[in-house]
Amino acid sequence: MNEQDIRNLITEVKAGRLSRRAFVQRMIAVGLTAPMAGMMLGQSGVAMAATAIPYKPTKAGGGGPLKLLFWQAPTLLNPHFAVGTKDQEASRLFYEPLAGWDSDGNLVPILAAEIPTKENNGLSKDGLSVVWKLKKGVKWHDGKPFTADDVVFNWQYAGNPATAAVSVASYKDIKVDKIDDYSVRVTFAKPTPFWADPFVGVYGMIIPKHLFADYIGGKSRDAPNNLKPVGTGPYEFVDFKPGDTVLGKRNPNYHLENRPYFDTVEMKGGGDAVSAARAVLQTGEYDYAWNMQVEDAVLRKLEASGKGKISIVPTGNIEYIALNVTDPSVEVDGERSSIKTKHPLFSDPAVRTAINLLIDRDSVQKYIYGRTGVATANFLNNPKRFRSPNTKYEFNIAKANQILEKAGWKKGSDGIRAKGGKQLKFVYQTSINSPRQQNQAIIKQACQKAGISVELKSVVASVFFSSDASNPDTYTHFYCDVEMYTTTMTQPDPQLFMNQFASWEVATKANKWQGRNISRWQNKDYDNLYRESQRELDPVKRAAMFIKMNDLVVNDHYILPEVYRPRVTALKKDIVAPLSGWDNDLWELANWYRET
Amino acid sequence: MGNYLLRRLVIALPSLLAISVIIFVLLALAPGDPFSELATNSNVPPAVAEALRQKFGLDDPVPIRYLHWLVAMLHGDWGFSFASRIDVSRLVLQRVPTTLYVIGSSQLLALAVALPVGVYAAMRPYSMFDQVANTIAFIGFSLPTFFTGLLFILVFSVNLHWLPFVYRTDIHATGWHLYWENFKQAIMPVAVLGLFQGASYTRYVRSAVLDVIRLEYVTTARAKGLDERKVIIKHVVRNALIPVVTLVALRMPTVFGGAIVTEQIFRVPGIGSLLIDAILANDTPVIMAVTFVFACLVILFNLLADIIYGWLDPRITYA
Repeated sequence: MNEQDIRNLITEVKAGRLSRRAFVQRMIAVGLTAPMAGMMLGQSGVAMAATAIPYKPTKAGGGGPLKLLFWQAPTLLNPHFAVGTKDQEASRLFYEPLAGWDSDGNLVPILAAEIPTKENNGLSKDGLSVVWKLKKGVKWHDGKPFTADDVVFNWQYAGNPATAAVSVASYKDIKVDKIDDYSVRVTFAKPTPFWADPFVGVYGMIIPKHLFADYIGGKSRDAPNNLKPVGTGPYEFVDFKPGDTVLGKRNPNYHLENRPYFDTVEMKGGGDAVSAARAVLQTGEYDYAWNMQVEDAVLRKLEASGKGKISIVPTGNIEYIALNVTDPSVEVDGERSSIKTKHPLFSDPAVRTAINLLIDRDSVQKYIYGRTGVATANFLNNPKRFRSPNTKYEFNIAKANQILEKAGWKKGSDGIRAKGGKQLKFVYQTSINSPRQQNQAIIKQACQKAGISVELKSVVASVFFSSDASNPDTYTHFYCDVEMYTTTMTQPDPQLFMNQFASWEVATKANKWQGRNISRWQNKDYDNLYRESQRELDPVKRAAMFIKMNDLVVNDHYILPEVYRPRVTALKKDIVAPLSGWDNDLWELANWYRET
Repeated sequence: MGNYLLRRLVIALPSLLAISVIIFVLLALAPGDPFSELATNSNVPPAVAEALRQKFGLDDPVPIRYLHWLVAMLHGDWGFSFASRIDVSRLVLQRVPTTLYVIGSSQLLALAVALPVGVYAAMRPYSMFDQVANTIAFIGFSLPTFFTGLLFILVFSVNLHWLPFVYRTDIHATGWHLYWENFKQAIMPVAVLGLFQGASYTRYVRSAVLDVIRLEYVTTARAKGLDERKVIIKHVVRNALIPVVTLVALRMPTVFGGAIVTEQIFRVPGIGSLLIDAILANDTPVIMAVTFVFACLVILFNLLADIIYGWLDPRITYA
């Protein structure tokens, strides 16, 4: 593909014959990143239009009830206290942020009048501040106007550590000033390329000042409106039974014309994922079921009854295997897996390369996860613009044997390779969860064929993922040679996600194993790149940095990515719902409708 | 009688205290942390989780936490749910009506089936009716509720589309329609639980009646020329009921405690599902409150059973 070809394609896009997305995909196919493609389009006069959201109904209301089924029940309705996704989704029925993320990782304005850009003077050149213009004429459900004061208040409320909000990280290091009634300036402590965090998406939902002003800090738990939300969203609060149901009715004064379509909304919680899938896909009792953690084979069977469909949107969540950099068998200053030690086997790069060759990712995808897990060589997979084109994965037992043989690991009489008196034997742990145990078995089998002995260990999920500093079986202690789990990426920007390999984040006894770097992998180049990416304002250069960071991690073979996990949702056949893996499922609830 | 009651209540106190200590210590020693979701959330700085732990006194030594809990409980304060950030008493009270309705009806159904079937079977032991009833009862309590529950869902919801399998507390309807909907959605959970319990009750009632019906005073009553109905109801059943009362009284607390498995299958928002959610979320104040109330009910109903014995059998006195 030469320059002329690209120009021709751009002309096609301009004329509307080729979609923007198709163009970007072709550019990625030839090794360019998505933002570069986007920039090229931008410079050629194709606007950075966000994906248009399809919406057909011509009047608000008349859609009857919308029934949502969550197999975990919402327990509270204040977005700043919403610990789990279930609570965030329940809050999203009533509250809205300034903007949300669509499935491609683009910003879409909700309570903002427009997305800040350099062109509309929303973004400062030095990356230190953002000006948000608010939509005018938006009213809270009780009739009071929504203004800049509310936005400023949310910063004061959530940013106060005494409030104990889960959104505190987004607000504690910023300053928010009111410019006029309908615009605010967010000022950062240092140049911040990822400015769209406060007031955006999951942690950006805005609560009304006039109802929460008296409940900042320690008194936050006493606010009566914690259980009786008054928001700006498409549905007004009717009733809430913690751990069971949330009810809402159509907001007649909603700020988007002809929306919402449904007259009432009901969110029912509890039960299990399989029967929730059944209630949507097989009996059609419900319109939507959340987070389908169900084997793909089961989903396909249920889908076959024709009442519903499965929706799959990309996320950054990745199931990966970490080889311990440190030695879990040696205790140093009262802690095992201390950063002062080196793993006796994995410090040999040949062993790591061989293990990487022994992971049959295609089989894991095909036989375990199906559509709900995509085999990958990369740690950072989505949004696409951050996905590295440089890495590949391979499953090759013969090659693994060869590499080990060459590195001096010779087979003993028991068939297990050894070198210098050390046998190739390790313990491999994960949480108890049937796909994970199947996955362990696949890898153990391949390792056996290469003369590596693997002992499998499974820990109850509630222990494995707990933050208990006194329990040695948690994943952050990593008192084991190898472990496998899913790490989640909550935002489309990888900054926070990628800090799990920064040297200063290593989980140790000193930080009660709360550090995010659990594999204890450390690399100077990575640290430098990470710091640079925190300052770099040019999106293309920054994307390139993340790709390089990914490659550094992946090519060292301590971190072995396996499959990335898209978000899976069940919808009734006639429901049209724009879903996104970078925001709550209900982020565009106002635009949901039923096809007739 | 008054003396007896007082004595029993005084004995109950130390056992309640001991139960509460055991539950509390078990929960405190169990792995897991109510704020683990915060700790694993990359967006929440550890300092916030730490502050919350301090605010709720989770870092205090266990004996001090227990004393705090005990004092609050004596004041009628059941504690504060970490997960919902509201008072535990509100959470529990919200669940009481549904629990009483569903589990209560299932117990009534169980008794309504077990008493007549058990008595009739015992009146004609080894008859055709007795054999059939016995076999069905045997199958009934051998099948676990999660199995029958799924079977019912497959047959009545998925295949026949007769009944909904998601229990809803917020049906938009009024008058008869509301009652009908509420009745319809309760059929499956009530049937699953009721028949399971009914099956084991039937066998108890049958063997209790069988024990009594052969006694000489029954023969005497019949010889006096008493009506057979009167013999059975006044002489046999009344005496046979004593072991049955014990059994039913001990099961009564579960009416309040809910049925964990069945509630989960049909999504019935009862106390059982509250308990399981609380356990999964490590919401210790809720677990503590529910299990403790449960313990109180067990003791209370035991006492009640003892008092009913006296009414059923005047030979039993409370000296």
